[in-house]
Amino acid sequence: MNVKYMYSFLAVIVLFLIAYVGTEAVGLQWLFGVLIPYAALLVFVIGFGRRVMSWARSAVPFRIPTTCGQQKTLPWIRPNSIDNPTTTGAVAVRMFLEIVTFRSLFRNTRMKAKADGRITYQLELFLWLGALAFHYAFATVLVRHLRFFMEPVPVPIKLIETLDAFFQFGLPVVYLSGVVLAAAVLYLALRRVFIPTVRYISLANDFFPLFLIFGIAFTGILMRYFAKVDIVGIKALTMGLVTFSFPESEVLKGISGLFYGHLFFVSVLLAYFPFSKLMHLGGIFLSPTRNLTTDTRARRHVNPWNYPVKVHTYEEYEDDFREKMVEAGLPVVKSLEAAAAEKE
Amino acid sequence: MKDLPKAKDFYSRLAHRPDSASDWMDVPVEIRKGMYCYAANPKSLDTLGFPYARDWNPVEGDWKLPENWQQIIHEGFKERLERFRSFKVFMDICVRCGACADKCHFFIGTGDPKNMPVLRAELLRSVYRNDFTTFGKLLGRIGGARPMTVDVLKEWWYYMFQCTECRRCSVFCPYGIDTAEITIMGRELLNLLGLNIDWIATPVSNCYMTGNHLGIQPHAYKDMLDFFVDDIEEITGVRVEPSYNRVGADILFITPSGDVFADPGTYTAMGYLILFHYLREKYGFDITWSTYASEGGNFGFFTSHETMKRLNSKMYAEARRLGVKWILGGECGHMWRVITQYMDTMNGPADFLQEPVSPITGTRFENAKSTKMVHIAEFTADLIRHGKLELDKRRNRHLKVTFHDSCNPSRGMGMLEEPRYVIRNVCDHFYDMPENTIREQTFCCGSGAGLNAGENMELRMAGGLPRANAVKYVHEQHGVNMLATICAIDRAALPPLMQYWVPGVDVTGLHEMVANALVLPGEKQRETNLRGEPLEGMEDDSDE
Ligand code: HEM
Ligand code: SF4
Ligand code: SF4
Repeated sequence: MNVKYMYSFLAVIVLFLIAYVGTEAVGLQWLFGVLIPYAALLVFVIGFGRRVMSWARSAVPFRIPTTCGQQKTLPWIRPNSIDNPTTTGAVAVRMFLEIVTFRSLFRNTRMKAKADGRITYQLELFLWLGALAFHYAFATVLVRHLRFFMEPVPVPIKLIETLDAFFQFGLPVVYLSGVVLAAAVLYLALRRVFIPTVRYISLANDFFPLFLIFGIAFTGILMRYFAKVDIVGIKALTMGLVTFSFPESEVLKGISGLFYGHLFFVSVLLAYFPFSKLMHLGGIFLSPTRNLTTDTRARRHVNPWNYPVKVHTYEEYEDDFREKMVEAGLPVVKSLEAAAAEKE
Repeated sequence: MKDLPKAKDFYSRLAHRPDSASDWMDVPVEIRKGMYCYAANPKSLDTLGFPYARDWNPVEGDWKLPENWQQIIHEGFKERLERFRSFKVFMDICVRCGACADKCHFFIGTGDPKNMPVLRAELLRSVYRNDFTTFGKLLGRIGGARPMTVDVLKEWWYYMFQCTECRRCSVFCPYGIDTAEITIMGRELLNLLGLNIDWIATPVSNCYMTGNHLGIQPHAYKDMLDFFVDDIEEITGVRVEPSYNRVGADILFITPSGDVFADPGTYTAMGYLILFHYLREKYGFDITWSTYASEGGNFGFFTSHETMKRLNSKMYAEARRLGVKWILGGECGHMWRVITQYMDTMNGPADFLQEPVSPITGTRFENAKSTKMVHIAEFTADLIRHGKLELDKRRNRHLKVTFHDSCNPSRGMGMLEEPRYVIRNVCDHFYDMPENTIREQTFCCGSGAGLNAGENMELRMAGGLPRANAVKYVHEQHGVNMLATICAIDRAALPPLMQYWVPGVDVTGLHEMVANALVLPGEKQRETNLRGEPLEGMEDDSDE
């Protein structure tokens, strides 16, 4: 058994039990329903901000974009303005496509070797599809959850709900996003277990967020379709969180421990976020191989810490080789006589 | 080449099934003969004023490290996190999705899991977590962190010198994480402890003192070019007259010294001489070579940012001293990464030069208006486009050419069409390799970033396998017999690669082919090409 995913898996189970037992048996609804979510949000906001600030504080001494297409040179050669962007506008397009369509991942190939050493590269889009499905499903779920924090529920959110429930399976209506989210997370986790190279590079910190998010989706699905929870009470609590007017303890106690497990997962995810690889959300915007223009020969970039260095000057060089240069008929600045006179 | 493994031994490593029972942190590094380069000569480090110059041997247990080496690494790491946002962001955001894994030619060829770009980066990242992150400090090993030990240092050294800084991985990474950038930082840190390889350190020290990597002194440099002048006269009947260190010339020419020194690069150097002579005769083109700035390449780039700057400074210094208008640069890979993405920032602004304009066609090279340095492939493509060159393609018609995009011009510049345009205009038969192996997805020669030594030939043959495999494909499909490139390291590194993997394919530079096709005013009937090989079939044509 691989300790990395076992530990992560156990950690998620334990987290659930803490919240479930903590509310159902110990009665800490206030802690899990109010205090911890606030604390987690605080950690998230501050941690996120600090991490981004720490990146921003580091200098960008050189402009080092990865050029993934033809440069802009002679007027009759068509430049690839998105993959080799020379203007800020073009960089914005490149970044937009990276963030919204995972464009670089879309190039993914898989290398295959035959016994006779022939190597082929095939387009491999499962990772791209899985990642895209995961992120869009996550985003949709997130947006849909805003209904718990707003009264009345705004029209755009209702619209997304309608779209999300487009494939009507039964009652209550099934939201596609939740199902896709769980499936995509499962796929991403399974590829970590079954693809040998990916298993080899995976750390416990790679399994943990996947299991945690799966836990969120799973408890969510349970509450919605299987274990009937007190939706009215939950909305009272969530509205309380945004308006700072909390419902009676009785209402909190009436909500199932399953919900507190769900909420605790979300809290842990929030608090974990700034300290983990999930910060790629912020980092991608600051990635110097993608977010800089490539017109480095046309427009000078300034390095804030550029410092003078020791060089071997032409004068020193000529002093080293003057005789040989003169003999070979190479021009010199100082004649042999002048150099000799200077020495005396 | 003799003690290299057999081809099928290489093939057996392509399977890529890392031993999943073990954790990579528990797999000790084994510094294996054939895969590593010798340690830097202490004299070279002394010349440059680098710290901890000493005799040491990578395969011996004791590397004679300074006592406080861990502190040096820690502080060096910290300083670089502050100086380079790239480093800091790349340390933090990798999700270990594995998209970069099978994109690296060294992983493909060696099957060594620590050659996956993501793991190469994790070698440093694990220490970063331990030293600089809360979670790493709290969770230790289970959080992916490990302390810096001598074994970790050795692992760094071994794998930082199994990366050619080609940036292929960064094309595929969803966040653009560039493992080359991490290797660059790793090598800088190793240099703080005097742990360079000799194939880099000695060229750097040569370049610093004599102006070029090979340590060719000024008079010898001229001698070598004079030798080409004689050869050219023999072949074409025309005596070309290059000039050196000439104050007041219009343009300064800088190219890698490798092409002055070894075949087949020498034919490309002859090509430059012929082209410049042609342009002078026809259009009064005025250019000078320099013995002081006699190196286009920059192995300082493979050492540290500071060393890169020290060597690169000669380009602008010499251009200023000679009072030229702008600089023309020869065919070289990493030279052009340095010029494109570093030079102007490090050693500019070059406000003493003029915005480059071709004196022959009047074309303004607006893309180079700040660096004031034009690539010769751009320059020649522009000449051909304007019909300024009289070309006899038939002299290249025995060639079936394919083009190897060198890593740096492709992924650090985007020079993809210019060389192809030139090739199509000087050769009849041109075939591109499969699309996943060229342009921005090109595979490295396996010997870049200072790894083209002799003692690591097994590594080079393994790393070059993906490139060779694609050449083999067009060799078998179309009978390709010539691999063209615009990089001097390629011209040195690809011939042994082809000999091993695809016998029957030779290597050439762009301007060798240009010069073979170029009809010089007053030339005699050419009987051979620049290599002295008979021009088959040309005899009959001349009677027509
Ligand atoms: C700007 C927005 C974002 C972009 C462009 C982005 C992009 C990506 C990409 C390309 C991957 C790699 C594919 C993969 O490993 O599955 C990935 C992985 C991941 N992302 Fe995001 N992401 C973004 C925001 C987020 C957010 C807000 C979360 C919050 C939960 C998140 C969570 C994850 C996780 C958990 C993985 C790892 C999947 C795995 O382990 O296999 N991402 N992201
Ligand atoms: S492709 Fe990028 S994010 Fe994915 S493992 Fe490689 S470096 Fe990390
Ligand atoms: S830069 Fe090139 S050699 Fe280095 S890890 Fe990336 S693909 Fe491999």
